[in-house]
Amino acid sequence: MAKIHVNTSINGEVVEFLCEPHETLLDVLRNDLQLTGTKEGCASGDCGACSVTVNDALVCSCLVLGVEADGAEIGTIEGVSNKDQLHVIQQKFLEHAALQCGICTPGLVVSTKKLLEENPNPTEEEARYYLAGNLCRCTGYDKIIRAVLDAAETMRGAA
Amino acid sequence: MPVVEYKVPENIDAAVSMLSNTQLSTKVMAGGTDLIIQSRAQSSDPLVVVDVKHIDSMMAAVIVDGGLNLGPSMSCAQFTARHDIKAIYPGLVEAAYLIGSTQVQGRSSIGGNLCNASPAADTIPALIANGAECVIQGPQGERIVAAEDFVTGVGQNCMAQGELLTRIQIAAPQANTSDAYLRFIPRTEMDIAVAGAAVSVTLDADGTCTAARVSIGAVATTALLVPDAAKALIGTKLDEAALAAAAAAATAASKPISDRRGTVEFRRHVVGVLTRRAAVIAAERAKEK
Repeated sequence: MAKIHVNTSINGEVVEFLCEPHETLLDVLRNDLQLTGTKEGCASGDCGACSVTVNDALVCSCLVLGVEADGAEIGTIEGVSNKDQLHVIQQKFLEHAALQCGICTPGLVVSTKKLLEENPNPTEEEARYYLAGNLCRCTGYDKIIRAVLDAAETMRGAA
Repeated sequence: MPVVEYKVPENIDAAVSMLSNTQLSTKVMAGGTDLIIQSRAQSSDPLVVVDVKHIDSMMAAVIVDGGLNLGPSMSCAQFTARHDIKAIYPGLVEAAYLIGSTQVQGRSSIGGNLCNASPAADTIPALIANGAECVIQGPQGERIVAAEDFVTGVGQNCMAQGELLTRIQIAAPQANTSDAYLRFIPRTEMDIAVAGAAVSVTLDADGTCTAARVSIGAVATTALLVPDAAKALIGTKLDEAALAAAAAAATAASKPISDRRGTVEFRRHVVGVLTRRAAVIAAERAKEK
């Protein structure tokens, strides 16, 4: 079966790739495009480690076919910082020690960015519900939530 | 069933043609949150996927004369953000909001939830309680099936090869009508219903229930319409006796299994409790309309 030619946009840059119909967007990002910041956890849509945005919707890239990226706008963890300057969310995750092994962190940062775009002033409960699909196997949830709420406050102050 | 071919029809006719004229196993894909996982199962049948998300009517929801015309593949995230829909069918919106995580809601759809036909699907009882109709297009034309008749078994629906669910339509509710959906899960988020109940009630000016529909989920192979529970509510002011009778009717109609998430006895009891509570919430909402 011939590979399919896909034209897409990733973090604002035009990207072309070839993929098999069964390959997931996660496979393509990591194996073909070397965008390895997006992590594979469960590969069944339960853990959120592979969170990306597709046309502004937060999704698990393990549950998106690579071919579906054609004509879409994809956002990954690699697009969150401004080159070497960390995004406020990333800075707050560091300050609050909101990561242990780090596998869930890219997905959590991508999800948090989307949360704060939709709701710049979430309550703790709203943040916990929104991020319920991002599992931390080290179970460091409390520090993660503190980092998220601190990032929200800082971003509101800067806005 | 590894995906061996990916097709993107531009309109309904093209989709029906792709679904009809095929030698290989062919499935419709909307959000893919069930299908992509199923495609990785250890069976060797190659799978052709027909992605219907580029057909505008499959992705749109329109309020027409106070009723809903829903494109079955619209994501739950888009659906639950629609305040105009929530104002009319708050119970259906809360059912859609309960499916999976934020990430899963970014892809999953009410039509997909319906076609996937899980006994525990959250939106199916809410569709049934609201009297939803499923518009199906096939090579021989269009047919309409009531939501309670759409699912025929665990993971099975009434559609033949070549047919596509093209629209879910709900007629405008009568005045002072509202709905509610409740489910029980052992966690607070990210779980599958152990039991669920959706209720729609219509009240007259002095608060007497003049019409009702009750549907229960996760307590049988398919979500069930429970006419006896509705009868217990109609003609009452949803007093204690009526609510108890509705709960008993829901329990009596349930045919659950025991599994690691709940026993038969627990599910039969809880589905009655959920029916009673959903009826109270639906009535409160109906009074506010």
